[in-house]
Amino acid sequence: MAGIAIENVRKSFGSMTALKELSLNVEDGEFVALLGPSGCGKTTLLRIVAGLETRTSGRILVGGRDVSDLPPRERKLAMVFQNYAVFPHMTVYENIAFGLRMAKADRTKVERQVQRAAGLMHIEHLLGRHPGQLSGGQRQRVAVARALAVEPSVLLMDEPLSNLDALLRMEMRAELKAVLREAGTTTLYVTHDQTEAMGLADRIAVMHGGRIEQLAPPMAVYRTPATVFVGSFVGAPPMNFLRCQAADGAVAIGALKLACPRNSGEIVMGVRAEDLLPATAGTGLPFEVRVVEPLGSHALLTGTAHRQQIRVVYAGERDVSAGETLHLAPIAGRICWMDAADGRAIEGTT
Amino acid sequence: MRPRSLLFWAGVATMCAWVLVPIWLIAAGAIGGRQGVFLWPKSMLPPEFTFSALAVFLRIEGVGKALWNSVAAAAMTMAFATLLGTPAGYALARFSFRGQNAYRLLILLTRAFPIAILALPLTVAFINWGLYDTTLGVALVHTALALPFAALVTSSLFVGIPRELEEAAWIFGCTRLQAFVKIVLPLALPGIAATGLFAFVISWNEVFAASVLTVRERTLTAYLLTVLSESPLHFRFAGGLVLILPSVVFIFAVRRYLFAMWGIANR
Ligand SMILES: Nc1ncnc2c1ncn2[C@@H]1O[C@H](COP(=O)(O)OP(=O)(O)O)[C@@H](O)[C@H]1O
Ligand SMILES: [Mg+2]
Repeated sequence: MAGIAIENVRKSFGSMTALKELSLNVEDGEFVALLGPSGCGKTTLLRIVAGLETRTSGRILVGGRDVSDLPPRERKLAMVFQNYAVFPHMTVYENIAFGLRMAKADRTKVERQVQRAAGLMHIEHLLGRHPGQLSGGQRQRVAVARALAVEPSVLLMDEPLSNLDALLRMEMRAELKAVLREAGTTTLYVTHDQTEAMGLADRIAVMHGGRIEQLAPPMAVYRTPATVFVGSFVGAPPMNFLRCQAADGAVAIGALKLACPRNSGEIVMGVRAEDLLPATAGTGLPFEVRVVEPLGSHALLTGTAHRQQIRVVYAGERDVSAGETLHLAPIAGRICWMDAADGRAIEGTT
Repeated sequence: MRPRSLLFWAGVATMCAWVLVPIWLIAAGAIGGRQGVFLWPKSMLPPEFTFSALAVFLRIEGVGKALWNSVAAAAMTMAFATLLGTPAGYALARFSFRGQNAYRLLILLTRAFPIAILALPLTVAFINWGLYDTTLGVALVHTALALPFAALVTSSLFVGIPRELEEAAWIFGCTRLQAFVKIVLPLALPGIAATGLFAFVISWNEVFAASVLTVRERTLTAYLLTVLSESPLHFRFAGGLVLILPSVVFIFAVRRYLFAMWGIANR
């Protein structure tokens, strides 16, 4: 079994810096998601770990072994590519058996492992076909089965579900999670989809502009984002951020008065849409509703508070209509205070 | 019949006529006997049906040897052009290096050299190297002619094969060479075969270099050029037919293989 250690890795393409000095530890058997917007360097990092891309500086360790200068085949890991990369001229069986054949596994082992991997991905009935005769979802399963067949201790995945339709994605997500947990595979999983990262990962590394902004379990990332960027990237709807003026260690917005970690100056208050509850008139934060989107279990309200746009998840009894003014109070302990200048969470407030 | 399919079949008919009519006219000249050649207007069927011209032609002193030289030179050209052109094409497709575009242009520029200008220095050099009047020498010149196409065509083949397929092979235990042999080559094979065929045909048809660089070891084209200028017309047609047939038969023979492989590669 093996963990992954990424130590001070940097990467530039010519004058363009794709990864600023970056470190990340993935524990043995852990599932870490690299989450970030397109172009933030997720794929580059994954490819450096795989050995498909050279690094500008830093080290990569797999299972305590420095693999930085080893070719991909000697790094003892498996990978699932975003566009599947199943070999079009081989049958599904041969695709799945590929890694085992290269490792010179004997016939019975190949047969057993291929059947097992195909079984896990529910594609036993497709083993005789060529990839050209498969749908996108089935090819995806073949790609995952090919990686699982070698029983890797480390698995890398680059947006493996992004080409599937929503329903299939949800189904595959659940299956992946179960299979990988069962096998205890150390997994580094790239995605730009925050629900995928939240649902699958033990820990999420949120990336932005070539660096990791936060590395924490899903709920910690959700509840206590390390930066304004993380708060607005993770969660749907994104976290609300209100710029306020602190005075005497507190901020006052309308009738709402909250203690804050700054004595004076500007400060940013971060609060999740579902953490703002209706309060009696005259006590809370005045919120002018502009748009109401009924979503079944709750309604999503968009409007202004303190002259800034925020979103509120409203699950109250009474119907709300646009143009109304609600009064809201945040749930105690669910507020994140951020520095107004650099957008970072202020230490010790959460 | 709807206008669309009418247009389609008209196109098919035109394409067939484009290729088949000249071949048929040459064949008719070759097997139509002495009178058939001069008949005007041409009838669809030649007045007589005789292989005598062909038989006589093939029995002309030296034709057999020239035919053999042609096949040997073309086969060597095919081998050299694919063996040298494929790696060059792969490098162009997969690696980015300084001066890549210049290199690409340079490859094409080799074809801009008129071979007539090169003829004399080439002859001198070949005499010095002992390559003059050998089939190998002819094959080398033909390789130079075919190589630019081989490199550029194979490079576009490799560009069409996703890099991730190779990367996946590396991840699952292949060296670069193994990945090329196991993954890239099978997918590129139909295209490489077509490239080889093309090199074969270039060599088979080439006459100038072959005439200049040989005296006794003539290829068929070079030989026919000297012999047939003094022959009756129906013998020339017989010679023409012998020149055309091998390429046609060759392409016809491998067509199913080409189509089958392309069918898989295109998926
Ligand atoms: N081979 C390359 N050459 C030059 N720039 C590259 C190359 N690969 C990636 N980049 C750049 O590096 C940045 C990060 O890319 P990538 O890792 O693919 O982002 P992500 O996977 O997060 O969308 C992007 O700005 C991209 O343009
Ligand atoms: Mg990417």
